[in-house]
Amino acid sequence: MLRPNGPVARCWVKILVCMKQVPQKDAPLKLNEGGTWIREDVSYEVNEPDAYALEEALRQKEKHGGEVVVITAGPARAQQVLREALAKGADRAIHLEDDRFVGLDAFNVARAFAAAIKEDAFDLIFTGLQSDDYGYAQTGVLLAELMGWPHATIIMQIEKKDSGIRVKRELEAGFFQFVEMPLPAVLTIQSGINKLRYATLIGIKQAKNKPMRKVSWDDVSGAVGENLQKVEKLYVPQKTKKTEYLEGSPAEVAKKLVDKLRNEVRVL
Amino acid sequence: MASTTSKRKIAGGSFLIEETNPREVFTPEDFTEEHLQIAKTAEEFYVNEILPNADKIEQKDFSVTRGLLKKLAELGLTSVDVPEQYGGTDMDKVTSSIIAENISRSGSFSVSFGAHVGIGTLPIVWFGTEEQKQKYLTKIASGEWISAYALSESSSGSDALNCRAKAVLSPDGKHYILNGEKMWITNAGFADVFIVFAKVDGEKFSAFIVERNSPGFAVGAEEHKLGIRGSSTAPLILNDCKVPVENLLGDIGKGHIIAFNILNVGRFKLGAACIGGAHESLKHSIQWAKDRKAFGKTIADFGLIREKIAQMAVGIYAGESLVYRTVGMMDAALSEIDKSAPDATREIRKAIEEYAVECSIIKVWASEMLDGIVDETVQIYGSYGYVEEYPAERAYRDSRINRIFEGTNEINRLIITGWLMKRAMSGQLALLPAIKRLMDEVMSGPSMPEEDDRPLAAERAIVASARKLSLLIAGAASQKYMQALVDKQEVMGAIADMVIETYAMDTCVARAERLLAAKGEAGASLAVAMTRAYLSGSMAIVERMAKKVMADVAEGDMLRTQMSILRRLTKYEPINVIAAQEQIAAKVLEQGKYIL
Repeated sequence: MLRPNGPVARCWVKILVCMKQVPQKDAPLKLNEGGTWIREDVSYEVNEPDAYALEEALRQKEKHGGEVVVITAGPARAQQVLREALAKGADRAIHLEDDRFVGLDAFNVARAFAAAIKEDAFDLIFTGLQSDDYGYAQTGVLLAELMGWPHATIIMQIEKKDSGIRVKRELEAGFFQFVEMPLPAVLTIQSGINKLRYATLIGIKQAKNKPMRKVSWDDVSGAVGENLQKVEKLYVPQKTKKTEYLEGSPAEVAKKLVDKLRNEVRVL
Repeated sequence: MASTTSKRKIAGGSFLIEETNPREVFTPEDFTEEHLQIAKTAEEFYVNEILPNADKIEQKDFSVTRGLLKKLAELGLTSVDVPEQYGGTDMDKVTSSIIAENISRSGSFSVSFGAHVGIGTLPIVWFGTEEQKQKYLTKIASGEWISAYALSESSSGSDALNCRAKAVLSPDGKHYILNGEKMWITNAGFADVFIVFAKVDGEKFSAFIVERNSPGFAVGAEEHKLGIRGSSTAPLILNDCKVPVENLLGDIGKGHIIAFNILNVGRFKLGAACIGGAHESLKHSIQWAKDRKAFGKTIADFGLIREKIAQMAVGIYAGESLVYRTVGMMDAALSEIDKSAPDATREIRKAIEEYAVECSIIKVWASEMLDGIVDETVQIYGSYGYVEEYPAERAYRDSRINRIFEGTNEINRLIITGWLMKRAMSGQLALLPAIKRLMDEVMSGPSMPEEDDRPLAAERAIVASARKLSLLIAGAASQKYMQALVDKQEVMGAIADMVIETYAMDTCVARAERLLAAKGEAGASLAVAMTRAYLSGSMAIVERMAKKVMADVAEGDMLRTQMSILRRLTKYEPINVIAAQEQIAAKVLEQGKYIL
């Protein structure tokens, strides 16, 4: 088949999508005994921005050919997100399987990913913009640094160019920025960039025959350092009620009120 | 847990004569990863595609329904029962039920979907010729064509074989000329292909594949229904309708085989759909109960509301246990069939027909369970439940049809008892030896019960008593009425109720036992509470029905003897149903939905 960019149907891109399993949005969360994280007995799902990253990778592949590989780091249960991705059309999966990946800082997760994919030659790495649990938005950026690749964040659109890609970034207050960048590159994808597909029954049936490479903690431990993150305490904010009477003339009361709203309650 | 389920082929109705081995009972905990993914796809489709269109569907915008059916077909969700060579996905009955449960959370679309993928498709899958399958199944599986099933007439519903529609071969032998009318045909307004039943020469009950654009075929006006208003229900008018001879489905005069076989599948799928509806109503009830305030509290804090929420959850627990146990048995039987063999479809039909009694039980039980749940949802909503702006009202109306179509619950009750009796008489089911053993046992007087200190021992004992009472009463009624029992419908119905409750209780206990073995006491505690709550109400029905029949079939000393046996069999410590329901309500309210 002829493609617009040349007579040979070559694989345009090999895309890696980093995915994370996070607690389900409507799951009632309970603190663990130590008050350092939530209890494990909740339902989990794919981190929403990662689902959009996967969808974008699949769309790029459908448009230009190539391969989509998905990767996650987490305990055995996290394999679920990879199975889902395979059912939706990813070609193969890599599972860094160990309980120690739960709560590992973003820098070390990025190091583990980099170590796990060193034999692969990807053109693009997608991550979701951020995770719905910790919400650091760091793994993709750090991975780019480790790989020595350029990166762009909050991506709303990706367009293939002869020299690489042109991406649209979402900025504050309705502004957008267009960036042209060479490949390989890392992109962190914004939710809502596309419309998510459903896994088809055929896809679900085929997923179990697709390759799933397991990577153990030992396989990547040489690249991973000490966990840089420690949650000291997690708590549910206490509901408090306080009534205060402001006294003085109306002008004085108004002044005090504005001061309190601005500096104490910080709503102005 | 899947590895602990053994796949022995189990005889239909055997729950009534032998103690159940929980390891042989398929439960939702046995779902494979694939099953769970399919459930997720179906549920997401419902939430993202069907629910936002609910109002348009309700206004009979059939283009929306058709569009959704097409999208579902593209995902492979409408062709699970269609072989791969005709574009289907050909998966097991558990998958088929999972899809029915998750897609069917709102009445109108659920009915359109069910008619298309079930009763509209399966007659061709099972009875179609190769040419018919190539021509019709591929289009039905892809969603290009929508199908419907036309059995009822204005003057024949439950007695469908009495139909008046007539088919006569044309003089040139190329067509059947159909005349007559069909009524209450789901999807009639927009279906492209219909399975129409008519009597060849006014005598031989047969089925035909009729295309919408056939000469002489017309669809009448939409019915104005109590519920499922977004689904299409209209009569068909056959006025010298020309149907090519090659569109005769199955053999002339054998239409009843098609009709009855299809209804078995329709019944367990209807059960699965009712579970889906129950989930939706429970979710609404919980939400409302948590939001609505009275006397300075949310109404979810009040015991009588919590009790309703708990009972709804118990209904879902028992219902899904029943549906998946039954389809699990079917799949075990179907897995032994070589699908490439020439008689494969006949074997498949036989394997499903084996569980006809369980299918009827599911139909009756689940439709009445859902009716109970939507009724209590209206109650929880109070006055808001009585107005159209809130979901309780529509669900209340939509649910009612389930007790009528796919064989009324009365017909299905007669099928349950009749089928068991027939199997007993033919020796296919060792019911008579079981009754004899039981009579010997009870006549030898009270004996010390065997020590059983395993968990759920008391619950197992209740199920055993229910089983014995059902056999005892079935035996007593047969003895009294012999062949005339079929005409004593009240007795047949009461026996059916006892059988239904025995199967339901047995299934709940078996599932709880499986969970206990897999997850220990803490992990299974909710299932145990639901089982106990269910047993409490269920055994009361068994007792009441037993007395009802006893008083009819015996008198004097015989009645007194039977009553003493009944008292012996119903002597158990009352279950603390309030405590069980409180535990269930607390969990369900915390989660915001049914969860196990």
